[in-house]
Amino acid sequence: MTLEEIRSRLQSGVPGCQVELVVNGSPSGQNSLLLDRDHGLAAATLLCDQIQLDFCSNVTAVDWPDREKTDKVKTKQMVDGEEKEIEHTIKTRIPGFLEVVYHLFSMTKHLGPVVIRMRTGNRSDDVTLPSLTPIWRSAEFQEREAFDLYGVVFEGHPDLRRILMWDGFTDYPMRKDYVPPPDDELERLREQ
Amino acid sequence: MDQDLKNELSKHGIFATTFEELYNWGRKNSVWPLTFGLACCAIEMIATTMARYDLARFGAEIFRPSPRQADLMIVSGTVTKKMAPQVVRLYNQMPEPKYVIAMGACAISGGPFRDGYNVLKGIDRFIPVDVHIPGCPPRPEALIHAFMALQEKISAQHLTGEARPRHLKQELPSEFPVPEFGEHGLEPAQNDEVFHNPLKVLQG
Repeated sequence: MTLEEIRSRLQSGVPGCQVELVVNGSPSGQNSLLLDRDHGLAAATLLCDQIQLDFCSNVTAVDWPDREKTDKVKTKQMVDGEEKEIEHTIKTRIPGFLEVVYHLFSMTKHLGPVVIRMRTGNRSDDVTLPSLTPIWRSAEFQEREAFDLYGVVFEGHPDLRRILMWDGFTDYPMRKDYVPPPDDELERLREQ
Repeated sequence: MDQDLKNELSKHGIFATTFEELYNWGRKNSVWPLTFGLACCAIEMIATTMARYDLARFGAEIFRPSPRQADLMIVSGTVTKKMAPQVVRLYNQMPEPKYVIAMGACAISGGPFRDGYNVLKGIDRFIPVDVHIPGCPPRPEALIHAFMALQEKISAQHLTGEARPRHLKQELPSEFPVPEFGEHGLEPAQNDEVFHNPLKVLQG
């Protein structure tokens, strides 16, 4: 079963669900499906029950900080009575987001890995995603890890606590913009 | 007592010694380590106790499972920030006289994980270390060397005077404050009473 087939099954089985094929251009060519987070739980239920992807081997998160994309566009303009091509650079700001990645396998149909992704709205206050732990129990600790290190809040998780860092810790150390606090004066000086 | 006179007397079957020598001799040959390993260095430490390297030759064959019965803490491996308070607490629970060997790059400075958000940059920030062993991990021979260095250190100590060991000085602490988990890291990040701040050392 190809990703395209799974995608059309999802679109017909879950009304209103946006599924996007994310193409991986590297030699591994491991493409994935980007699920829309409002229908994430329903789509995952379908994946588990109907396509029999019954095993979730891996959950991780990716931090995509705000970035700027520069495109060069050539336009034709009249300069001094002559037609000339002029290059413009257009900068577009792409707001950052957090992304979680699930690797799914089917033990019964020997299928996999099927990679699904979900994205949050931004990196600060809109970081909620549906928890898939009710469907794949093996996601429980790994979703806690993504919450601990990246700050993704999983709605519907049975026990969402920090798992590696202590409870009073307030940072998300695997985010790109995290800077560990300097531990002594020498390090503080080196930073200056 | 003069060493030559002692040798002369021993030829005549007379054994002469001082209380200090006897005390240090007993102390240095019955250093019992704590059964306590943190990472891959602990594997080398275990190998050191086994038949091939046989740490028992130095009187350290019994690894005590309780800090109350141990004399030596071998900090063998990476100390994470989450583990550091427990390490200090274990040290506090050991009775005097007590010694610490920092085994390997991680226990000395954080080693290859120094820049990580979760790793303590050397256990000497919180407890006094007697012997440091470099290596990643140090071989069993290096641990035996460190153990012999510790024995030499013990046998050179005097029971009276300014140079007497820490446990004989009433005013010096035998317990050290346990760091707390803060919002961004350990609080405090180091114990300035114990830690030789590199900046202060540089400034002289």
